[in-house]
Amino acid sequence: MEAMQATQSAPAQETPATAAAEREAGAREFLTFALGEEEYGVDILKVQEIRGCDAVTRLPESPDFIKGVINLRGIIVPIVDMRVKFRLPQAEYNEFTVMIILNLDDRVVGMVVDSVSDVMMLGADKLREPPEFGGNFDTRFITGLGALDDRMLILLDIERLMHSEEMALVSATDDVAQADD
Amino acid sequence: MSKILAVDDSTSMRQMIAYTLKESGYEVEEAEDGEAGLEKAKSQQFSLVLADVNMPRMDGITMVGRLRGMDQYKFTPLLILTTETGDDKKQQGKAAGATGWITKPFDPDQLINVVKRVLA
Amino acid sequence: MGIDISRFQDTFFEESREGLDLMESRLLELDVKQTDTETLNEIFRAAHSIKGGAGTFGFSAITDFTHSLETLLDRVRAGELPPSDDLVSTLLEAVDITRGLLAAARGDADIDAAAVAAAHEKLNHWQGGATAAPGPAVEPAQDAASPRGWRIGFEPDAEIFASGNEPLRLLRELASLGELDVQADIDRLPDLEDIDPERCYLSWRLRLEGDVSEAEVRDVFAWVEDECRLTVEPIEPQVAPAADSSSAEPASPAAAAPTTRPRPAPEQRSLRVSVDKIDALMNLVGELVITQEMLQQQGSGLDPVRDEVMLNGLSQLHLNTRRLQEAVMATRMVPVDFLFSRLPRLVHDLANKLGKQVTLETVGEGTELDRGVIEKLTDPLNHIVRNSLDHGLEGPEARRAAGKPETGTLTLTASHEGGHIVIVIQDDGRGLDRDRILAKARERGLPLGNDMSDAEVCQLIFAPGFSTAAAVSDVSGRGVGMDVVRQNIQSLNGQVEVTSVAGRGTRVAIRLPLTLAILDGMSVAVGRETYIVPLHSVVESLQPGATEIRRLTGSAHVARVRGEFVPIVPLGDLFGGRPWASNPADGILVVVESGGRRTVLLVDELVGQQQVVIKNLEANYKRISGIAGATILGDGRVALILDIGELVLVSSQAAAA
Repeated sequence: MEAMQATQSAPAQETPATAAAEREAGAREFLTFALGEEEYGVDILKVQEIRGCDAVTRLPESPDFIKGVINLRGIIVPIVDMRVKFRLPQAEYNEFTVMIILNLDDRVVGMVVDSVSDVMMLGADKLREPPEFGGNFDTRFITGLGALDDRMLILLDIERLMHSEEMALVSATDDVAQADD
Repeated sequence: MSKILAVDDSTSMRQMIAYTLKESGYEVEEAEDGEAGLEKAKSQQFSLVLADVNMPRMDGITMVGRLRGMDQYKFTPLLILTTETGDDKKQQGKAAGATGWITKPFDPDQLINVVKRVLA
Repeated sequence: MGIDISRFQDTFFEESREGLDLMESRLLELDVKQTDTETLNEIFRAAHSIKGGAGTFGFSAITDFTHSLETLLDRVRAGELPPSDDLVSTLLEAVDITRGLLAAARGDADIDAAAVAAAHEKLNHWQGGATAAPGPAVEPAQDAASPRGWRIGFEPDAEIFASGNEPLRLLRELASLGELDVQADIDRLPDLEDIDPERCYLSWRLRLEGDVSEAEVRDVFAWVEDECRLTVEPIEPQVAPAADSSSAEPASPAAAAPTTRPRPAPEQRSLRVSVDKIDALMNLVGELVITQEMLQQQGSGLDPVRDEVMLNGLSQLHLNTRRLQEAVMATRMVPVDFLFSRLPRLVHDLANKLGKQVTLETVGEGTELDRGVIEKLTDPLNHIVRNSLDHGLEGPEARRAAGKPETGTLTLTASHEGGHIVIVIQDDGRGLDRDRILAKARERGLPLGNDMSDAEVCQLIFAPGFSTAAAVSDVSGRGVGMDVVRQNIQSLNGQVEVTSVAGRGTRVAIRLPLTLAILDGMSVAVGRETYIVPLHSVVESLQPGATEIRRLTGSAHVARVRGEFVPIVPLGDLFGGRPWASNPADGILVVVESGGRRTVLLVDELVGQQQVVIKNLEANYKRISGIAGATILGDGRVALILDIGELVLVSSQAAAA
């Protein structure tokens, strides 16, 4: 919540700023992370955990940005390196490099980013319409921009992105055939 | 507290009977056929036994006959659960030693009424 | 008191479904010439229970229909109506209709009113059209002029206590109906020393005043009608004839209840648990095994003397973990009967349709198999059985002409062989026709050898596209052929094999691992990765330099294995790794086989054999061709499990190109 207070611009005495009240007012929490020069945000509710970079097992017949799979407490989880995906010049691994494990609608996916920054509460007044250009991302996957003082946060529709064809995480004919009774 | 044994091969009927009686404060044990019912009845004393007629392994009438022959159930109310078409079953049941019968289908209220009367 | 019984509806639906399945299978195994009383009783009981439950839970459409069904079955089991094939068909149809009615009651389907009416009509027709409608029981209409009350004479038999009846209860009940005046008659009471406390010596003269009908009064005594002398007279219109009933009717002898010889039928105490929960348990145990293996590896460096306690603990942990794993796996096992029990209906219907006479025999129904395997076997097995009836077994005339009994036999056998289950489908039909198969294969453009053995010819029916012929009937030709059957079985890590003797019959054998969750694998290293090769597809492995390797065009190589050149698949290239052994001559060659075809995998190193817990890649990712799944190694890393069937297919296509 420190993050929220840090970005709170309205005088505290006017709005009793609790997280619940903020949320009612249309505010949402985002996990922010860095990819190259840009800063992004994903809905915190989609984030399961953040991990250091484990050893991955590479997968055949996969695009280079699919790093492979890891064992997450017995579950096989595919890992996407977002830096490779967006052809960022320096995709090296250092002590800041992390995996964000996302819990999407029907699956668990991990993504490698340069670093994670913060958890932030963004009120409706801080949210802007998506731009024409969304940095590295197709604007289809951008829900909006978050204005933070001099910084600009690109808010991703991570669910839609990870399910999209271009992420190659889901096969085109994957009709989630689950036939168990 | 009165302990009742409900014997019926139909799980739903058994559940319905047990639930209804438990809601009314009785202690209920269940068995899914005559043989199982007989075993249960031997191992503990019940104040009332409700027995379906048509059951695999041992039908309710045979079971009632066996129970009636046991000292511990000589005077215990033993009721058979029978359908409206089962007039001969009622007679057979009586002949085997049943106290009486409850006619299927019955609803929870009817069941409780009969049980209350018998155990009063 | 308003107890809501709808909560038991699901149980009712479930048990009715089971009851219908039982009726169906018993009807199908019913020998109409020599009926077995207990089978008829079982069928009757199932219908009876459904009717009873439907009445209780208020599904009147089901009650009405099953009432007719039950009445008919009651006559059949009483021997009043001889069973016949026609009757069995009607009853089977009634089973289907009841299923439909249940589905409708559950809200899963609409009622096909016309079909129900037609089937109902048929049931009634068997009883000569006269159905005793389940109308209200006929009430003795005696309530003409209601009197002021009743004078009741109640003289219980001395033995009345022995039926559990208690005269006091009856008096109390009467008292609840109106104002009751009770006079006990103690004339029969003996001297105190002669009293047997188990006998009843009292009788009563009762006067009940109030607006009570005679039927209500008699109802109170309904249970003891035979155990007393009862008189009920109206109080006021004194002249009314006394309705007298007595205990004249002798108690019928205890009916010789049909001897219920307990059939070796499933008498099991069981608990319904969702498959998800068991899978979750299975996964956890898999994790435990991995952790335990990791500890075991660490333990190898311990000092046997100093760390004795620790080492003992580790070995105990090893043992218990394995036992736990086996126990959990056992919960997923279900008898193969789940699979077999669906077939009698299929065979019955098909045989009728094709005008053939077929006896289905099943052996080893109790053999257990992983539930997941069972589910995936349904289609292949149905297909093989259809094929057998359609193409294998002959009609009665042809069989007679061939000197065989008119009724053909189809035998299904399940048995365990080592860590596998083998299911054999054997018929005594005409066998596979070698010439026809060859002709058809030629027509389909399949590669044919010069002098193929019978076994090789038989294998042709599994070739892709072989059986999608136009000539097949609507019975077995549904666009899927034996190639799909084989694929399905291979996807279960199993094998299928067909043998045939002309004029004597065909035998299809399916060999499967007991469970889908565990695989015996050989781990191989390629670059930094480890892959698991299913052990059942490994033929042999060859050391570097042990065999002749030839280079074809480009980078393609073949190895000489037992006199035959087999394409080499360099796993490192295929999966984009960086193999140490870029030259086939330096690596280790693992010969694998699938569907009768061989391929050689080029790997860097054989790591060892181990059992692995199969994990699904598709849960969070997608299917990758050549990969059957993944597993977690002792060190926590993920290793991919190879799909040898696909690799062989790809490599042989590449080699052919």
